[in-house]
Amino acid sequence: MDTQWETYEVFHQSKRGEPHEHVGAVHAPDPQMALHMARDQFARRLNCVSIWVVRSKDVTMTDYQDGDFFARTTDKSYRDPKAFEAPDKLHK
Amino acid sequence: MNEKDQEALLGAFEARIERGEKIEPGDWMPEDYRKTLIRMIGQHAHSEIVGQLPEGKWIPFAPGFRRKLTLIAKVQDEAGHGQLLYRAAETLGKSRELMLEELLAGKAKYANVFNYPTPTWADVGVIGWLVDTAAVINQTMLAQTSYGPYGRAMKRICYEESFHIKQGYDSVVALVKGTPAQRAMVQDSINRWWYPTLMMSGPPDTLSTHTNLSMRWKIKTKTNEQVRQEFVDLIVPQIRALGMEIPDKVCQLDRSTGHYRYTQPDWEELRRVVNGDGPCNKERLDVRRKAHADGQWVREALAAHASKSQAA
Repeated sequence: MDTQWETYEVFHQSKRGEPHEHVGAVHAPDPQMALHMARDQFARRLNCVSIWVVRSKDVTMTDYQDGDFFARTTDKSYRDPKAFEAPDKLHK
Repeated sequence: MNEKDQEALLGAFEARIERGEKIEPGDWMPEDYRKTLIRMIGQHAHSEIVGQLPEGKWIPFAPGFRRKLTLIAKVQDEAGHGQLLYRAAETLGKSRELMLEELLAGKAKYANVFNYPTPTWADVGVIGWLVDTAAVINQTMLAQTSYGPYGRAMKRICYEESFHIKQGYDSVVALVKGTPAQRAMVQDSINRWWYPTLMMSGPPDTLSTHTNLSMRWKIKTKTNEQVRQEFVDLIVPQIRALGMEIPDKVCQLDRSTGHYRYTQPDWEELRRVVNGDGPCNKERLDVRRKAHADGQWVREALAAHASKSQAA
């Protein structure tokens, strides 16, 4: 059969100023056709001003099973604004 | 991997599901979880693809340009849903090509409801209204599934299905407001679609071999009976509000439960139709095979163009 094309991950921007968001994937024989497929699949109704497509195999990803990758070895609470207790006003 | 490691992995997997976390491709999962999802999502994808056909054949005969455009858009959505679902199933390790081959070879199952004929224009409206309402209730439940890619596909699909229901209902209302002959056509259509639609949510859970595992791993979050009852409770008042009748004398509100009683469909008929012996199984596959063969030159042209632009 002749239907197993490569897959492309699709990123969709709904409005200028908004980020591109991953919305899914399409099968296509080449990147240009992937853009057409992505438009027909993901931009039939809702606003869309830009689409990116990336060959799925070119995406490098973390492994869900490797929990250590995101583990924090030390207390990193000082990175959080809520970790600071200084009052807004020094004298009432 | 030894037995103890397997047990630890299963424990961690079930704990994740218990916490309401989603499973993603690449996560460890029990083989039965993978197999169940491949079977379910594959059948769901095939149902969308075959689901184009009963209504698609009415596109040339739609009354008026607006209804024609609407119907084309709806059928295009079904094709898109099929592709979204094939992709979701692929993340579990079965290729789209293999699924397409199985469908064309007549080896794949799809929703029984699409093996029934659409002899009148009222059927197009009634499918959008009844069948798609039943589908949305099931799919809204599936949007909560524990498998991430399936849930994401479902959310997108549910949004589009709400348009399908609206256009179907609108088309039925136009007929109901018309001549006595048009009203009779709607009633006849409801009579024919009632039981096939009730069958869509699957056999009672006592007969379903798959329910327990699916509920335990939150692939589904409601039983077949719950989904069917939800549909009946929602649709019966809508049908009666249009002055139409339910083809089931038993169908009355039970004040003690707050639910409508209804007669169970003929589950033996479901078994026959799903296994190939329905009124339109052969017609559906023949049309699908022809469409696939007719599209071959397009696929060849795209592949030729792709290899040319890669060479340049």
